[in-house]
Amino acid sequence: MKKDIILAGVGGQGILSIATIIGYAVVQSDLYLKQAEVHGMSQRGGAVESHLRISDKEIHSDLIPHGRSDMIISMEPMEALRYLPYIKNDGWLVTNSNPFVNIPDYPEMDELYKEIETHKHSIIIDGDGIAKDVGSPRSMNMVILGAASPFIALPFSMLEDGIRAVFGRKGEDIVNKNLEALLRGKEFTENHINK
Amino acid sequence: MDKLLLLGDEAVAQGALDAGISGAYGYPGTPSTEIFEYVQKSNQAAERNVHRTWSANEKTAMEEALGMSYSGKRCIVTMKHVGLNVAADPFVNSGITGANGGIVVAVADDPSMHSSQNEQDSRHYGNFALVPVFEPSNQQEAYNMMADAFELSEKYKTPVILRLVTRLSHSRSGIIRGEIQKENELHLPDNPMQFMLLPATARVNYKNLIEKQTLLIEEAEKSKYNEYHEGKDKSLGIIACGLGYNYVKENHVEAKCEYPILKICQYPLPKKYITKMVNECDEVLVVEDGMPVVEDWLRGYLNDCHAIHGRLDGTLPRYGELNPKTLRKALNLEPHPIKEMPVIVRGRPPELCKGCPHRDTYNALNEVMEKYGKGHVFSDIGCYTLGFLPPFDAINTCVDMGASISMAVGAADAGLFPSVAVIGDSTFGHSGMTPLLDAVNSKANIVAFILDNGIIAMTGMQDSAVTGKIEDICLGIGVEKEHIHVINPLKSHHEENVKIIQQEIDYNGVSVIIPRRPCIHIAAKLRKKK
Repeated sequence: MKKDIILAGVGGQGILSIATIIGYAVVQSDLYLKQAEVHGMSQRGGAVESHLRISDKEIHSDLIPHGRSDMIISMEPMEALRYLPYIKNDGWLVTNSNPFVNIPDYPEMDELYKEIETHKHSIIIDGDGIAKDVGSPRSMNMVILGAASPFIALPFSMLEDGIRAVFGRKGEDIVNKNLEALLRGKEFTENHINK
Repeated sequence: MDKLLLLGDEAVAQGALDAGISGAYGYPGTPSTEIFEYVQKSNQAAERNVHRTWSANEKTAMEEALGMSYSGKRCIVTMKHVGLNVAADPFVNSGITGANGGIVVAVADDPSMHSSQNEQDSRHYGNFALVPVFEPSNQQEAYNMMADAFELSEKYKTPVILRLVTRLSHSRSGIIRGEIQKENELHLPDNPMQFMLLPATARVNYKNLIEKQTLLIEEAEKSKYNEYHEGKDKSLGIIACGLGYNYVKENHVEAKCEYPILKICQYPLPKKYITKMVNECDEVLVVEDGMPVVEDWLRGYLNDCHAIHGRLDGTLPRYGELNPKTLRKALNLEPHPIKEMPVIVRGRPPELCKGCPHRDTYNALNEVMEKYGKGHVFSDIGCYTLGFLPPFDAINTCVDMGASISMAVGAADAGLFPSVAVIGDSTFGHSGMTPLLDAVNSKANIVAFILDNGIIAMTGMQDSAVTGKIEDICLGIGVEKEHIHVINPLKSHHEENVKIIQQEIDYNGVSVIIPRRPCIHIAAKLRKKK
């Protein structure tokens, strides 16, 4: 088993929480993990990425080689496209549909969606809408993680345990809302694939 | 034993704690900051009362560490690569004094300058100061090396550099811990001349340092971190340093590498292995993250000894971070099919946060500066450096910690008017006080902004050494009381702030303006405390 995942987004959108949750889940198992993060200046509203590698064999590079990533999980549609040079032709591209516009020349939405859909396997999901719907707008990242979960090759319960471990300090209500967000994301993708 | 999921930085910190350090000294700087923060948060450090307060700068950190080493105890010093420039005076001399209690200087380099002004390679400093360097290739090695580095440090009475790069510092992996050692007892150096660098004693100590080098090379040859992997195909030999080794391995996951590989993670170079490789292989490829340090040593000035490939002959890029893709080409392997980034994807540079106090300061400053034209504002290292980008375009320089005030002084000396410096509170504490003293002594016509957000924000919210002390420091240095102003950087105070800025630009002498409002990332916490 080997999964190479690029997490993408804008600083502050919660990609490191996703990385922490998957990281927690994996380190409890016998799998190997490497997860490269971006800290420092880029975190201030700029494009951020994290390379997450899971394998049952030893992992060498902290960076995923270009063209070898199994999936891109993105909190933002334009950011999803930034990392296309990393993804395999048949890799999954899972992205939030809502733009984060903090630059003057942000592209047209139609063009973005069209570009995403030219990729062989893609899921575009309204992460913010679903997160609001479960009463926790900040859980958008968990919706996206849920939507990506059928392709990560880890048992869903491991991700749930990760959420419990990472958000546990913040109280039961926050844990439950994040679990709900995760589940709603997963259901969206399952419906999408079965169509 | 349970695995810990740790960043490379955190693995270093855990390794240092388990190796029995009594102190951590350092100044924040990406990508090194998390080493120190881990020690600060560690229960183990708290139980033992390990020293773990940030120092004012890397120089004071290095010197404090030398004091702890002099007293016989182990300590770690943490900084980013350019921080070692600030600490260079005590660091280079620490090679000559050597260590008593073990010292490991953990320096994180930043190839590709993700958060830095340059991509200098700390292995140069190791060579320059004749100090051994450890360069881990992965997180587990980073952990394991700490115990070995301290042992080497005490065995040969030398400080040791542990060189990290961004990718290892900021990448997580599972770590298995080793033995937990006790702290050293207080014991002063046996040799009373050891830390005395008067010319007569320094010459003796320097001779010792030179003589040590042969032994350190032997240690590198015996080191478990340096390995020679035999290979059938001798048309090429690969020397892979630190993280470079992983990228070589990554490119041979599908097919075994037939070339001999020399993995180097401990310096000075293991001469025996280098000689073997050069003798048995037709050509040598040097793979290293950062500058072409080893390649340069091997190649020499005349480059007539052997066919050596690497960053200097264009086989690998001359600058920037190494990655599996660029290496794949150098290894003559079939490239992976790679999609292109669509042209509609725009750049998204970092920016000042919404509600950041620096935004209001720059808005007020820009309004005043408009009539003087561009090119008058010298800035420094911190979040506020983002004021260079649109929509602010407010600052013109960023060189090194503290250079805002000193450059403003020099420009004022040259006749530039107005000459304005913009520096953050912690950067002021790090290296801004001495240039302000120069300004006062030469009665330079400058306005220095000390942006006080109460925290070291860019590196992730560490305590600033000068919180609550800035006005007193400025007064003590000799800035006149009526030319020190604290302003509130808020939209509602804009007119008032513009007026004060104008008034101080019009004053012929040293003025200090302190825009004071907490960083929005700590503002909520501060309110709760009250």
